[in-house]
Amino acid sequence: MSKKSYRNAIKEAIEFEMRRDPTVVVIGEDVRGGHGAKNTEENKLEGFGGVLGVTKGLWTEFGSERVIDTPITESAIIGMTAGAAATGLRPIADLMFMDFFGVCYDMLYNQAAKFRYMFGGKAKAPMVVRGMIGAGFSAAAQHSQSPYHIFTSTPGLKVVVPSSPYDAKGLLTQSIRDDDPVVFCEHKLLYDITGEVPDEDYTIPFGVANYTRQGTDVTIIALSLMVHRANEVADKLATEGISVEVVDPRTISPLDEEGILESVASTGRVVIVDESAARCGFAHDVAALIAQKGFYALKAPIELVTPPHTPVPFSNVLEQAWLPSAERIEIAVRKVLEV
Amino acid sequence: MKLTENQLLDAYKHMRDIREFEERLHVENTTGDISGFIHLYSGEEAVAVGVCENLTNKDYITSTHRGHGHCIAKGCDIHAMMAEIFGKDEGLCRGKGGSMHIADLNKGMLGANGIVGGGPPLAIGAALTAKTLKTGGIGLSFTGDGGSNHGLTFEAMNMAVVLQLPVVFIFENNGFGEGTGCDYAVGSKDIAGRAAGFGMPAEKVDGTDFFAVYEAAKKAIERAREGKGPSVIEAITNRFYSHFEGDPGLVRSKEEIEYIREHKDPLKIFRQKVKGQVSEEKLDQIDKESQSLIDDAVKKARAAKNPEVSQLYTDVYVSY
Ligand SMILES: Cc1ncc(C[n+]2csc(CCOP(=O)(O)OP(=O)(O)O)c2C)c(N)n1
Repeated sequence: MSKKSYRNAIKEAIEFEMRRDPTVVVIGEDVRGGHGAKNTEENKLEGFGGVLGVTKGLWTEFGSERVIDTPITESAIIGMTAGAAATGLRPIADLMFMDFFGVCYDMLYNQAAKFRYMFGGKAKAPMVVRGMIGAGFSAAAQHSQSPYHIFTSTPGLKVVVPSSPYDAKGLLTQSIRDDDPVVFCEHKLLYDITGEVPDEDYTIPFGVANYTRQGTDVTIIALSLMVHRANEVADKLATEGISVEVVDPRTISPLDEEGILESVASTGRVVIVDESAARCGFAHDVAALIAQKGFYALKAPIELVTPPHTPVPFSNVLEQAWLPSAERIEIAVRKVLEV
Repeated sequence: MKLTENQLLDAYKHMRDIREFEERLHVENTTGDISGFIHLYSGEEAVAVGVCENLTNKDYITSTHRGHGHCIAKGCDIHAMMAEIFGKDEGLCRGKGGSMHIADLNKGMLGANGIVGGGPPLAIGAALTAKTLKTGGIGLSFTGDGGSNHGLTFEAMNMAVVLQLPVVFIFENNGFGEGTGCDYAVGSKDIAGRAAGFGMPAEKVDGTDFFAVYEAAKKAIERAREGKGPSVIEAITNRFYSHFEGDPGLVRSKEEIEYIREHKDPLKIFRQKVKGQVSEEKLDQIDKESQSLIDDAVKKARAAKNPEVSQLYTDVYVSY
């Protein structure tokens, strides 16, 4: 084991799978990065590997046949990925900012996600769509969204939202080996965090939540960046003798219903923190699950902490107020404890 | 066609304002006081200005992530633009949009755009309004060579021809989409030629030469105004900086950029072309004015107020 960044953990998963399985290819805009630097197969000048450097180094090892720079044409990228997945490759498409799903969603929603079911089990689409989510970068309304709830509402898609380098590597390896289309959501504010990551390959099964803090008084359910905020609150409240459990489902489709309900059964108090949406988001889905199947364990109404129901603002002060903060999470925890 | 001295000075002023604005942002960006992505337009001034000198406030343009030049050329308030980029309440979009989303519909500026290919469909929408309401205006989109490959752009071009809309599609070919060269990413090397395949006139011009752009745009815009339908202009140009401020900028060597700055600078080229027609002193005077305008804009933007947090909840279609 050694400490690795979330960015490198992701790259390692891709790298290992490409070495292991010749059908794995990477497709996307600038994944090689720097064709303009006149890098050729001969001189192997390294490009930057995507806007935030996640795929840096892949092209020099695997070449242009397997690390494929594309024009800026998302529908064609995702459509080509789906077609290739159905016919023998295991492609990983890089959508760059997940916000761009808007221009190519049909290829995921009406094509890839439906192949297996619609064709009576005769087809599969073993593909991964990677993309960045998340606010906090002042990247404004079209580059800061976390639309994983929209993918989750589409039958046929698996949705992965890792919060740590360890989870990122294990879940991405699983995603690449999985026979279903997987949408893999990387929070841009997490790329530089580090954590222990095994040097060898490993998988983490889908649908198994991770308890990042164990506790007995309140359960916080959170994903991605919000797990870190929840942990912060749990650590702070621990100094006051308040015992907070933090549950990170890690994958939202499939969702670890049992893991969530178990924690709720033991604490009876729930706060759900979610960056995706103030309406019809991940938080509402989980709240409905608990209301349906964990109602009698509840000692207080469920609290949701989400952004307001608005696009993401640019201005730093507004954006910070938009994102669920540790303060807001703490207030919510204290509120459920009062009842 | 000969431009009057005032027209020439006006065009130069716009180009110089864009240059000062961008060069200054390049510096200010290193102070850490500007957040988010900044994509600079320096080097491409002759395209935005060559086109927009032919437009009025009745005409709508759509822009790209590299939108400051288009905004200035279309007459957006420079103080309010700067304040927007600093995220301030006085900003053109009250700090909610930032660099990539500056818009001013009163000036016919339908927004910079964070989505590649987002502009052309919106521009044909503006053209449809103009045609339906007989406003006399047109729609016009600025798109990069990268965006010229986008499905949305193709659909918009075809629709424009089918509906004979008063619209002009400008492709700013600066050779790159992020770090990928258009020599690699554009299948048919000739963007104008490919666009012509949709069934409309398409012309390729030297985008470093204000006059070449101005004349081609004038023709296309007049055609649109006369109800003769859409057209396309591909302007060959260069960006002086990397894709966005702070990117590793590996795509070109220092020497290439030095060469471009020396030989392909639209402002230098303009000055040479107007020799004998406009005095050097007048142009120098504009340089000075631009500099103090941008100085002032930065100073005021820095001092301006941040938006109140309560503004988080304003200007949404649906509120709860
Ligand atoms: C739909 C979509 N895909 C990808 C991006 C990321 N992106 C932003 S700018 C850009 C390059 C655009 O290149 P081009 O159109 O040539 O414009 P230039 O930057 O050269 O002015 C890309 C890929 C985006 N913003 N939107």
